[in-house]
Amino acid sequence: MTSTPWFAPRVALSTKRTRVLTIVSFLLPLLIWSAVSYVPFLWHPKVVVVDPGDVSYFKVDMLVDREVFKNESLKVEEAGKTLPTGKRANPIYLPAPHEVAKAFVTSFTTEPQRRSEQWLHESLWHSITIIFWGFTLSSLIGVPIGVLCGTYAAVSRIHEPFIEFFRYLPAPAFGALAVAILGIYDGPKIAIIFIGTFFQQVLIVSNTTRKLDISLLEAALTLGAKRMQLLFKVVIPGILPDLFRDLRILLGWAWTYLIVAELIGTSSGITWFITQQARYKNFDNVFAAIMMIGIIGLLSDIILAKLGKYIFPWERSANKA
Amino acid sequence: MTRIELPSYLEQSDEVKARFDDIKQREVILELKDLHKVFSTAKGDVTALKNINFKAHRREFVCVIGASGCGKSTLIRILAGLESASAGEVLLDGKPVSGPGPDRGMVFQGYTLFPWLTVKKNVMFGLRSQGMSTFTAESEALQWIDLVGLDKFADSYPDQLSGGMKQRVAIARALANKPRILLMDEPYGALDAQTRSKMQSYLLQIWHNIDITVLFITHDLDEAIYLADRILVLKSHPGEVEEIIEVPVPRPRDPDQFISPEFLATRKRIDELIHPPSDDGEDDKLNMIRLTRVGDEVEP
Ligand SMILES: Nc1ncnc2c1ncn2[C@@H]1O[C@H](COP(=O)(O)OP(=O)(O)OP(=O)(O)O)[C@@H](O)[C@H]1O
Ligand SMILES: [Mg+2]
Repeated sequence: MTSTPWFAPRVALSTKRTRVLTIVSFLLPLLIWSAVSYVPFLWHPKVVVVDPGDVSYFKVDMLVDREVFKNESLKVEEAGKTLPTGKRANPIYLPAPHEVAKAFVTSFTTEPQRRSEQWLHESLWHSITIIFWGFTLSSLIGVPIGVLCGTYAAVSRIHEPFIEFFRYLPAPAFGALAVAILGIYDGPKIAIIFIGTFFQQVLIVSNTTRKLDISLLEAALTLGAKRMQLLFKVVIPGILPDLFRDLRILLGWAWTYLIVAELIGTSSGITWFITQQARYKNFDNVFAAIMMIGIIGLLSDIILAKLGKYIFPWERSANKA
Repeated sequence: MTRIELPSYLEQSDEVKARFDDIKQREVILELKDLHKVFSTAKGDVTALKNINFKAHRREFVCVIGASGCGKSTLIRILAGLESASAGEVLLDGKPVSGPGPDRGMVFQGYTLFPWLTVKKNVMFGLRSQGMSTFTAESEALQWIDLVGLDKFADSYPDQLSGGMKQRVAIARALANKPRILLMDEPYGALDAQTRSKMQSYLLQIWHNIDITVLFITHDLDEAIYLADRILVLKSHPGEVEEIIEVPVPRPRDPDQFISPEFLATRKRIDELIHPPSDDGEDDKLNMIRLTRVGDEVEP
């Protein structure tokens, strides 16, 4: 039955194979991580002290380099004192999968250290609102400008040269300026997301608009459509599915600006949580938090993709992803 | 194979003559006056059309034929108002046209149905643009969809239709505006032979049933002769009218006529016009191959 080769250029896989490969794509990194964590001789460059023996500065649960542990053991042995014992371990910044899995739950249930601090779910929610406002404000302005640029050459000429220049300026560079203008709370953070998204957005949307088949506009003209009708009845509905795809991709990019944005002014949101936990050396929590960002991003994209199929029924029959 | 003596393509039976007399009496719908089109390109000016003069009468079926690149599309785009002429005039009902409008329906070679609209909404598009109410537009659209035999597909999206069905919807969409003339630019170019011949019969049926003048572009000789009252043969570089042929094949047409003497005579004439015999032996050989295509029983 499976006569189709696995590697045929541009040929779609069967649903079964797609599913298998999707699972493998997540399983593979997990397997590597597990192997490094649980198989001692693969890496484990450190030793965790179980019994300090007579080494003066060793303490229980202390992490030392294997080299150091060996040297100290030799010294103690020569002196004829009690040997220290220890287990090989990974550095503290690489927690094992099960520890991170546990952290997924405990990080939510652990009370903040100080009264003024936030619970994890509050931090996450704060991050989501920053993304939401930055992205929404950018889209409200960027999408219309992009569509107009793609439709009218004159609008494009007056916007795009400057935007082409501006998009090379790294958004975080505006951090200090944003704080000076917008204060230290959410304002500058939203501004960074906005700056990081907006300029790309205008260019991408205008490009998508330009890709609309010109013969659709000509057909509309021969049917008697007027100027405004061309824009609202042909251009906009014509690009809508592609525009939606663009926004999904741009939303992903907006997330990548989140960490920088949240470090500006007073650190907040998930970034605050991550830096805080790193300071306490709770790297299992750090990993859990990073993964949560990934999961939120992936989930929102899946939901948007499903939503797209629902609102653009004519795309369903076509062979487009 | 026996050699058939072909009559002259200029010979017309009384019936055919009477039909042409009738056509010539009818009002002129479309008139082209000294039409010129020059494209300025980086490599210099290209004269696409030169000195085109022509009149199409009411309910006449005119085909335009010519080699690839001779300016057929340019011509029809000027008529549709999508391109402007460099010189000369296009008159519709005696009034000069400028820019596209719903009084000239157009069917393109590629598929230009709006993919986001159902068949019904596609056909309603022109009517709604004209400000007709949704309710009236819908009932009119359904009548046109009925006429092209797609009533079962009124709520389908274009992507769910075959190529032939899409072009039928495109015809319905163009006709729904009740244009004075239907302009068609190789509408069946992308279809397979079988669908194509079916679509040709459909078109003749529709044309027979309603009051519409048709200007149909093709590069297929059989298609032109099968469909047209008159055929405008264009010469290449620059595109000039080489000859206007009155097709001597009687109506109603049917595919059996493809081997009738009148049909073959006309075919031979157009073939000579489009592919003139040259001293080059190579070219003559190509001509022979062309002459012995589909349904052709003449020895070249
Ligand atoms: N926008 C343009 N700019 C420059 N030259 C053009 C343009 N459009 C058409 N031409 C030239 O005008 C000539 C006629 O082109 P046109 O598309 O009308 O030919 P056609 O008869 O429709 O050909 P085909 O059978 O391939 O469709 C060609 O030589 C073409 O290169
Ligand atoms: Mg053409």
